[in-house]
Amino acid sequence: MWQKRFEGRVWKYGDHVNTDVIFPGKYTYTLARGPELAAHALEDLDPEFARSVRPGDIIVAGVNWGCGSSREQAVTCLVEAGVQVIVAASFSRIYYRNAVNNGLLPIVCPAAVRAVEKGERIVVDLEQHEIVCRKGRFAFAPLSPALREILEAGGLIPMLRARLAGG
Amino acid sequence: MTAFTFAQKAIARAAGLPQVDIGTVVEVEPDRALSHDNSAAIMRIFADTGAKRVRYPERLAITLDHAAPPPTTRHAQNHAEIRRFVREQGIRHFFEIGRGICHQVLSEEALVLPGQLILGADSHTPHFGWMGAFGAGVGRSEMAAIWATGRLWLRVPETLSIELRGSLPEGVTAKDLALHILGRFGADGGTYLSVEFAGEGVASLDVAQRMTLANMMAEFGVKNAYLPPDEKVFHWLAVRYARRTGVGPEEALAQVQKDALYPDAAAPVVARHVVVLDELEPLVACPHRPDHVLPLSAVSGREVHQAFIGTCTNGRLEDLAAAAAVLRRTDGSTRHITVPLIVIPASRTVLQEAVAAGYVQTFLEAGAVLGTPGCGPCMGNHFGIPAPGEVVISTANRNYRGRMGTRESEVYLSSPAVVAASAVTGRITHPAELEAG
Ligand code: SF4
Repeated sequence: MWQKRFEGRVWKYGDHVNTDVIFPGKYTYTLARGPELAAHALEDLDPEFARSVRPGDIIVAGVNWGCGSSREQAVTCLVEAGVQVIVAASFSRIYYRNAVNNGLLPIVCPAAVRAVEKGERIVVDLEQHEIVCRKGRFAFAPLSPALREILEAGGLIPMLRARLAGG
Repeated sequence: MTAFTFAQKAIARAAGLPQVDIGTVVEVEPDRALSHDNSAAIMRIFADTGAKRVRYPERLAITLDHAAPPPTTRHAQNHAEIRRFVREQGIRHFFEIGRGICHQVLSEEALVLPGQLILGADSHTPHFGWMGAFGAGVGRSEMAAIWATGRLWLRVPETLSIELRGSLPEGVTAKDLALHILGRFGADGGTYLSVEFAGEGVASLDVAQRMTLANMMAEFGVKNAYLPPDEKVFHWLAVRYARRTGVGPEEALAQVQKDALYPDAAAPVVARHVVVLDELEPLVACPHRPDHVLPLSAVSGREVHQAFIGTCTNGRLEDLAAAAAVLRRTDGSTRHITVPLIVIPASRTVLQEAVAAGYVQTFLEAGAVLGTPGCGPCMGNHFGIPAPGEVVISTANRNYRGRMGTRESEVYLSSPAVVAASAVTGRITHPAELEAG
């Protein structure tokens, strides 16, 4: 069953955070998956993150989160670290796709990004399409049905596996 | 009558639909699927899908370029696994280490043609906009899905039109044009958009300049870039298509033109920008963002410790020619560099042509280092990683913190001539500032 409500502690970052600082290029051909990815998450942006992140934590960021390379580890390193949701003012195109395809929920909500502060606990509610934080409630646009289908399946590969197995 | 953008026409073609609306999600069958050293990781995801055979092996193209020759055992294992997969699956378009950078090699082999749709597990796939193809980057899972099914979902993007007027002044390059667009409209100015160039200024650009421009639109956040293909493009591709396939020149020309697409004049766009090429000047992107752009004059004199000429943005013959011209005095003698200069041609073909033209001789006489055609230190894998505290001037497309492998280094981006001049002085230098002669 797909989770409809996420509650977690916020890590807050700025605008134009690129994939090189989320997951350094020098590891891209030697580290592909598994928990070792989480150890390098946000290594060149915030060394504290990999040390203290807890499952369920939520990243809140400014515009153009994930710009730069197409490397999927910039998504999966966060998934491995237990992050399930990123709320941003906007996402780079490939990052957005990679997130959906790996079951990481990308929420676009500039108003919430302005209101939310580092360290506070927020709720992301997919039924009401709103983010609840200390400063109030902020609505976001519902996901398109095609993307919802992928997220509900747990990502593109699980969806494909089910499809191929079903003939 | 409705008017359509290039993106609408290209996606409709690849989806086998008469037309598609902007904003809708459709399934396309890409003509070409590009991957490189990351194919090893894609193979593991491919296995996860449960598929055994690649659906259309002839549509794949795989290059070994990002860490080639392999710098570590781990990298070498990746390459070995990829070679095995290529043999097992009968993938014909496979390019070994030293052949060159994926975007350059697929262009040189005419493995992508105008109007076609190529998806690449590489963020610089908008490169193929240089010839009027639809090129977009995708992630590794998506590439695994394409291998398994031959298909992928795409949302039909909005279009941003950029009209180019006039022509570039002497000493101003397509790199400066790309940096101008980034500096003026910001690194997210093209996010998710099909950036479609228009205007008579396009015709003034040669093929290499078009590649540089379309390639660097990746830093603008675009889904794809597009330059309307003309005789220059068709001719360039036809020669190479004929070489690869063995067909005659007329047949080759017919093949490369047959799917060319042009947007309708009244197609809907979110905005129309105008860039007057004649007004541009040499530019530099400063650490740590490609859109942190300043005029060369504003940063000239800053100390650098290493210079790098290469990458899919600026590693072509024309780029090496411009750099060699800076290093060669009019009396035929060669200037000497004072900081390490690493030169890595974008492909073996470029290297061969640069040898024939004497550019390689000039680089070596000047004291430069020559690397195996490929990505080199562009993304910090090997062949020129800076020390902490060092400053690099590079012809690459990205200067994010840590991009070249060292967090505590700084990278400036500029055109090849400026990088060459800076290698001579050890400071960011306009080529015209070098002593006369
Ligand atoms: S040269 Fe650099 S930007 Fe181009 S494909 Fe290689 S790593 Fe990517």
